Amino acid sequence: MEAAVFISSLVDCCALIFLSVYFIITLSDLECDYINARSCCSKLNKWVIPEMIAQALATVLMLVSMHWFVFLLNLPVASWDVYRYVKVPLGNMGVYDPTEIHNRGQLKSHMKEAMIKLGFHLLCFFIYLYSMILALIND
Amino acid sequence: CNTTKRKENVKSHHMTPSNILQEKTVPLNGNSISQIYSGDSSSTTTGSASPVPNSYESLEGGGYSGTSLQSPPAGVPAKQAPPFGYNYPTMHPAYQQSPAPKPDPSPSHGGYNPPGYQPYSQVLTLLSSALGGLSGVSELEAETLRPMNLLQERNILPPKRAPPPEPNLSNDLRKVNCSPDTFRCTLTNIPQTQALLNKARLPLGLLLHPFRDLTQLPVITSNTIVRCRSCRTYINPFVSFLDQRRWKCNLCYRVNDVPDEFMYNPVTRSYGEPHKRPEVQNSTVEFIASSDYMLRPPQPAVYLFLLDVSHNAVESGYLNVFCQSLLDNLEKLPGDTRTHIGFVTFDSTVHFYNLQEGLSQPQMLVVSDIDDVFIPTHDSLLVNLKESKELVKDLLNALPGMFTHTRETQSALGPALQVAYKLMSPTGGRVSVFQTQLPTLGAGLLQSREDPNLRSSTKNVQHLGPATDFYKKLALDCSGQQIGVDLFLLSSQYSDLATLACVSKYSAGGVFYYPSFHHIHNTAQRQKFQKDLQRYLTRKIGFEAVMRIRCTKGLSIHTFHGNFFVRSTDLLSLANVNPDSGFAVQMSIEESLADTSLACFQAALLYTSSKGKRRIRVHTLCLPVVSQLSEVFAGADIQAISCLLANMAIDRSISSSLSDARDALVNAVVDCLTAYRANGSNIQPSGLIAPAALRLFPLYVLALLKQKALRTGTSTRLDERVFSMCELKSQPLQQIMHMVHPDLYRIDNMTELAALHLNDSVIPQPPLLQLTAEKLTREGAFLMDCGSVMYLWVGKCCNEMFICDVLGFPNYASLPSNMTEIPELQTTYSERTRAFISWLLESRTFHPAFHVVKDDASTKTSFFQHLVEDRTESAFSYYEFLLHVQQQMSK
Repeated sequence: MEAAVFISSLVDCCALIFLSVYFIITLSDLECDYINARSCCSKLNKWVIPEMIAQALATVLMLVSMHWFVFLLNLPVASWDVYRYVKVPLGNMGVYDPTEIHNRGQLKSHMKEAMIKLGFHLLCFFIYLYSMILALIND
Repeated sequence: CNTTKRKENVKSHHMTPSNILQEKTVPLNGNSISQIYSGDSSSTTTGSASPVPNSYESLEGGGYSGTSLQSPPAGVPAKQAPPFGYNYPTMHPAYQQSPAPKPDPSPSHGGYNPPGYQPYSQVLTLLSSALGGLSGVSELEAETLRPMNLLQERNILPPKRAPPPEPNLSNDLRKVNCSPDTFRCTLTNIPQTQALLNKARLPLGLLLHPFRDLTQLPVITSNTIVRCRSCRTYINPFVSFLDQRRWKCNLCYRVNDVPDEFMYNPVTRSYGEPHKRPEVQNSTVEFIASSDYMLRPPQPAVYLFLLDVSHNAVESGYLNVFCQSLLDNLEKLPGDTRTHIGFVTFDSTVHFYNLQEGLSQPQMLVVSDIDDVFIPTHDSLLVNLKESKELVKDLLNALPGMFTHTRETQSALGPALQVAYKLMSPTGGRVSVFQTQLPTLGAGLLQSREDPNLRSSTKNVQHLGPATDFYKKLALDCSGQQIGVDLFLLSSQYSDLATLACVSKYSAGGVFYYPSFHHIHNTAQRQKFQKDLQRYLTRKIGFEAVMRIRCTKGLSIHTFHGNFFVRSTDLLSLANVNPDSGFAVQMSIEESLADTSLACFQAALLYTSSKGKRRIRVHTLCLPVVSQLSEVFAGADIQAISCLLANMAIDRSISSSLSDARDALVNAVVDCLTAYRANGSNIQPSGLIAPAALRLFPLYVLALLKQKALRTGTSTRLDERVFSMCELKSQPLQQIMHMVHPDLYRIDNMTELAALHLNDSVIPQPPLLQLTAEKLTREGAFLMDCGSVMYLWVGKCCNEMFICDVLGFPNYASLPSNMTEIPELQTTYSERTRAFISWLLESRTFHPAFHVVKDDASTKTSFFQHLVEDRTESAFSYYEFLLHVQQQMSK
């Protein structure tokens, strides 16, 4: 049981890592003018909800399996994702808005955010991996 | 058949280069060049940076990206030292590794590089030699730095509209520098480092008016447009020639070759004088671009008019005014033989007009399926103006009568815009939308969001941002297809301009708003609409434009203000560009500018003229770099600072909240004056001290806080507030300053004394008055110039001579309360007054609405709201505001 929880969260975490890398690549493409703001934002906005769901899934999994430490680790990130999504103004085209991404250093802060998330997910990855192995051995 | 004809037209125009070359570019001034070619048709050296140009970005050339370079840490101490006897601190190794510039023959071209560890005095001498002598300048600087106690000095307003501060440059550079009307920087002395800029607490940014109507513009036709090979900067007066064959870019410092063609100077017809070429003699030039700068053959001028014909629209009677105006100006629409025109009207359905040449009368096609709107026929909805002129005229004559009895109250603006997009996407062009109410049908329908009871609330104002992203998305689609959308909103009810304006904002259009427009009941609005249309229809227009702003290595632009879409980090995509729009950008200093004495900014606007020519207008501005905080303050351009702050405040009020934005504005003054106080040790501690250059700062900020856009507590309709925001964001600086701080003159006692003599007319020059009721007297008549509107306030006991001679009425009592113009009377008084007013209007492109305001009329509130120095129920007077600032500073 324990092992199953961690295996699934490991898979989930992998997906999140891939997503973070994808975000970083796309944003840096925008930074270097390889793609324009419009296509960059529509690409990224597509993945905002999947990311949110994946993050929520990991959090809920930890909650139901009563791993409090990992749950508390995941909670701020999940709530940040939800907050960010809810706080999008009505007129914007999503979390990433092509008309604003080049203003007020938004691109930089998005980039920073993606980097931090990548770091966080990598950390989680190893925690899950360790816990999974531990669980498998205990079994 | 029509389209194929058009295509042929395009082709023939494009494919014969001789055709392009033979067409004479008319020089606007006598001594400028119109044609420059060299005999040899050498291969161009200006090929695009990327081998396959697949977007305009690559055409215009990639900008210099400073991000890849290691930025040396600031070489200035974090702690502010007293201005004299101050040494450079130990330099960071990275700083010393910064590339040393090559020995430079001309001292004024950025060869100044103080080696580390240099005492300040030595730096100063170097600096003074670099800037061509400071002797005359330091006096000027002393004057702009003179500390003033704002609480004591009452008369801080200059008698005339103050000219922008002159950058502290050598005469040679000053002469060729870009006009401040086109290009202005908030700080005419650029601080060396971000740390220094932060210390000054002033925003660093540029205000541009790049497509301004110019009376003098050197136009250059040349096979090679000389540009820097690495950063793609156009050659400009501020580059340095190392020798005859090489020049050094003033933005990225790369050394480039001078192409052969450039050695020949067509003005003097001499060889071997590249520095005498017009590109190097003028900071504003226009190039005729070659096909390297095109992705497709230059598009023709295409105009589509999208007209609201619902009951509400018919009632307001705008259709008459519009059709008449267009009929009058049909010949003057900018364009050539390829110009296309089309009309779409809409209420709850969308109506198209077939204007195919050969039809006996325009044919109306109605599409009632607004959920999935389609174009009924593909050929003849946009027609060649020349070929179908008679039909167009017929339609314009018939249109106002066609809908007089309509009962349709709904408005399907969204679907109409969608078809406009579909119609225009093959060519691009300009869509002019006339809307009179909230869109109620189909895609993009909106609900009323305004609560009239909250109009005067002092709490937060809601709904400043758009309600849906429909209009934004559409605008971005339009922008991608080179379609610009201009919005004319003529509505008496709430129409959610905050949402509708998006369609223009991001497609580089313009927004015009005529609240409570009625063709009979509101003559002032009708006249304004007529005159605006006149200007709108006949003004210059540029199609499929992009603008790139480059700055000296080390500076970077991080925020843009204005109507456009920022497509990549420094490229603004402008589907249409018009001469009445201004732009602003904010900058930061990423790398220390210590190894240069000059900072340069270049705005290049690539556009297709209405005659189907690809042109590049290039403006270059050069400013000195300084290392002292006092010099930064001395060079502050308070008007530019206020405008940039206004732009920032509006962004803030939309993204955060209005009260945040207002607080930020007040803090800007407080921080800046605190920084000044902390810097100067020799000034008295009491009072509110500001350097003379910044003495108007609190006044302008107070005026901003009392603008319709940003005020609270005074009843302001949401649409008017949003419109005021749009204006502040997209107007050029002069216009904004008139709006924010209007000019007040007493005009009933103007004398010839100190008058201006232009040609054979005498223009009196009354002094500027402070905006306070204190300055008004019942015996006088006062003119207030607010940019887009002018008020003539007539006091109760005004000189009857004035009323009679100028206004044409026997006495005050007989003056009507809704006068909207000054009659042309043959008296000296009248002539003098009219000469003065038309002198004020000279540089203005849109004719302001004119109101004669009687002291006892109900309209006087609209006049008095502009007296920003006075106290209102909800806002500080100027003196109170100063006290408030002082109090905040002492916290």
